Amino acid sequence: MPIEILMPALSPTMTEGKLAKWNVKKGDAISAGMVLAEIETDKATMEVEAVDEGVLGEILVPAGTENVAVNTPIALLLEEGEDASAARSPKPGRTAGAAPPAAARPQGAAPAPAAPAAGAPAESEVPPGTAMRTMTVREALRDAMAEEMRRDPSVFLMGEEVAEYQGAYKVSQGLLDEFGASRVIDTPITEQGFAGLGVGAAFGGLRPIVEFMTMNFAMQAIDQIINSAAKTLYMSGGQMGCPIVFRGPNGAAARVAAQHSQCYASWYAHCPGLKVVAPYSAADAKGLLKAAIRDPNPVIFLENEILYGRSFEVPEIDDFVLPIGKARIARPGRDVTIVAFSIMVGHALAAAEELAKEGIEAEVIDLRSLRPLDLDTIVASVQRTNRLVSVEEGWPACGIGSEIAALMMEHAFDHLDAPVLRVTGKDVPMPYAANLEKLALPQVADVVAAAKTVCYRA
Amino acid sequence: MAKSTKEKAAAEPAVSTDELIAHYRDMLLIRRFEEKAGQMYGMGLIGGFCHLYIGQEAVVVGVQAALGQGDRVITSYRDHGHMLACGMDARGVMAELTGRIGGYSKGKGGSMHMFSREKEFYGGHGIVGAQVPLGTGLAFAQRYMKTDRVTACYFGDGSANQGQVYESFNMAELWKLPVIYIIENNQYAMGTAVRRSSSITELHRRGESFGIHGRPVDGMDVLAVRAAAEEAVAWCRAGKGPTILEMKTYRYRGHSMSDPQKYRSKDEVNKMRAEQDPIDKMKKRLLDGGLCDEARLKEIDREVKAIVTDAAEFAQDSPEPDAAELWTDILK
Repeated sequence: MPIEILMPALSPTMTEGKLAKWNVKKGDAISAGMVLAEIETDKATMEVEAVDEGVLGEILVPAGTENVAVNTPIALLLEEGEDASAARSPKPGRTAGAAPPAAARPQGAAPAPAAPAAGAPAESEVPPGTAMRTMTVREALRDAMAEEMRRDPSVFLMGEEVAEYQGAYKVSQGLLDEFGASRVIDTPITEQGFAGLGVGAAFGGLRPIVEFMTMNFAMQAIDQIINSAAKTLYMSGGQMGCPIVFRGPNGAAARVAAQHSQCYASWYAHCPGLKVVAPYSAADAKGLLKAAIRDPNPVIFLENEILYGRSFEVPEIDDFVLPIGKARIARPGRDVTIVAFSIMVGHALAAAEELAKEGIEAEVIDLRSLRPLDLDTIVASVQRTNRLVSVEEGWPACGIGSEIAALMMEHAFDHLDAPVLRVTGKDVPMPYAANLEKLALPQVADVVAAAKTVCYRA
Repeated sequence: MAKSTKEKAAAEPAVSTDELIAHYRDMLLIRRFEEKAGQMYGMGLIGGFCHLYIGQEAVVVGVQAALGQGDRVITSYRDHGHMLACGMDARGVMAELTGRIGGYSKGKGGSMHMFSREKEFYGGHGIVGAQVPLGTGLAFAQRYMKTDRVTACYFGDGSANQGQVYESFNMAELWKLPVIYIIENNQYAMGTAVRRSSSITELHRRGESFGIHGRPVDGMDVLAVRAAAEEAVAWCRAGKGPTILEMKTYRYRGHSMSDPQKYRSKDEVNKMRAEQDPIDKMKKRLLDGGLCDEARLKEIDREVKAIVTDAAEFAQDSPEPDAAELWTDILK
């Protein structure tokens, strides 16, 4: 029976891609390892190699087709002695290439919410009638950096693969071409070294953007971030200052296990001398990254790999800068407040949709900034709803939710009609197995259940 | 010892008598300042950690003589001498040691954390080795801004075993950054002798695998230091990248004030003091060469003593920081 050649997943988070080009045609003899086709995603162009030998029986997806879902059969391979007529009853085949099948993608439980409405900037931040443009979080981050680099020659980007590779996650695409190698700088794999070098450059009058390929690797550099960047202004009696942005994807991606799947929000939010930002939408990513680059203090800018490819409406304003330290009401409601940040805002919005079907109107607050935390907005919301659920991907102990629960005791105790509940990642290192990973991460159903509990509707 | 790294004196620079006297005075100021700091620590006026520079004075004074306007200095926590050599005010340094508002960091940094942008002194860093990437970054900024200025980045034989030092070496040579790595090898990392901590004890060779040239220097001789530093500065200014100077030096006092010094003999310390002391050597040179007389040196002693006494008085009279200072300077 012929073998189906399936659309491969080229990265842990890929769900679809463009079949850019076929390198073989019907009737060609195929040997294992031959390059069959080229596939483009928003991140990269990759070659698809044959796993099996045979003759190409049929091309099922023509070159140039966009949005081909992972695991879609794209061609049929005939084994020795078969002819094309056998192609009608193919046996389920092996995915081409070596990448794991993406069916295991754990975020499947959270359908991307209707992005433009839920991810739209707050009305007060965008004048009525402003033209909007749909763009991905990845593009918004790139535009923010490019705009700030055009504006201020002391801004530069450094990190692993930011220049010639165009960014490990393609966030810095095109920046090398526009700004040159003196301002878009590939570093060796040497996190502590280049983080410290960046801090020294900031002391010396520049405004570095230091990209960590993921925030997991910033643990190698955390001494420089805390002891050198965050504390020196204080230790110098106000003389020094360190205008630097440390940015990169934070939290779980998909199926990359414990060492590559950790949320550092509470680690950095713990430390005076830092600002910590964790946007959800593309508009917030752009406006807050521009603000972070201009900020005279060290800013930890926590991105999310799964959000990079999501699209949102971004205002077409010449210089769209948002204030750090202000939360955004992503969905108004009167019955229960749900606070979240980064990718968990999507879960909170999806939960709010579910809750609405049961007559519970949830107010979703996108914290956006974790230090400083917008306490006023949370308290004002709790004064209306009298109930609070916090959602985060990180571990429960000493988490952002723990902090918010404590703050509610101090600032909103008399307004609470139920105990504050936390929805968090489970208190375990991230497992690799698809089912266990899903169990370890907060799911929309968990948020729904917590909201119903505080509304006494469970 | 490899031929290329042989301890050889650079061509001794033409140094005027006035400069020789200035070097003597600058070294003496550091010595007297540190002695006073030690006394004040004993009186309970200075708290926490206090790392004295006594014995190593020739290193900073010699290097500073080779630096010019716009060149930058960064070092570890044994930093009082570096600050005085950079021209920072003895009052402000001593008042920081006593934790008073008149200190360089308003009393919030202490012995290990002082800075002066005006004097291009970038600290004063308490984490062993952390100043090396920072200093490399200062040099990166100098090159980014297309200046010909350099950074003198000091660290000790202890720091020389920190991984981030080598991460810095790699990037500095890769990008040809104008940084002079000055290893102050005082032979003991706290209580651990170099031979007990370092597989290769010739620390100037630690840059070889990165292609960075290094050389040993007699760190007890201010003119040898100065000559080596002048060559190093010229190398960096010419855009040739980093270089390493290993200063063979010695501290007479403990690692910090609480060090019982069980790891070395009194004889060793006394022998070094008697035979190698950089201030005594300079004094002898000045007198034997007939470059100045006893009276002139006595005058310098008095002048230095007056500066230190004044600094000590200021540091005790300056008030403690106001309680409101607890909450300032956290963010800009």
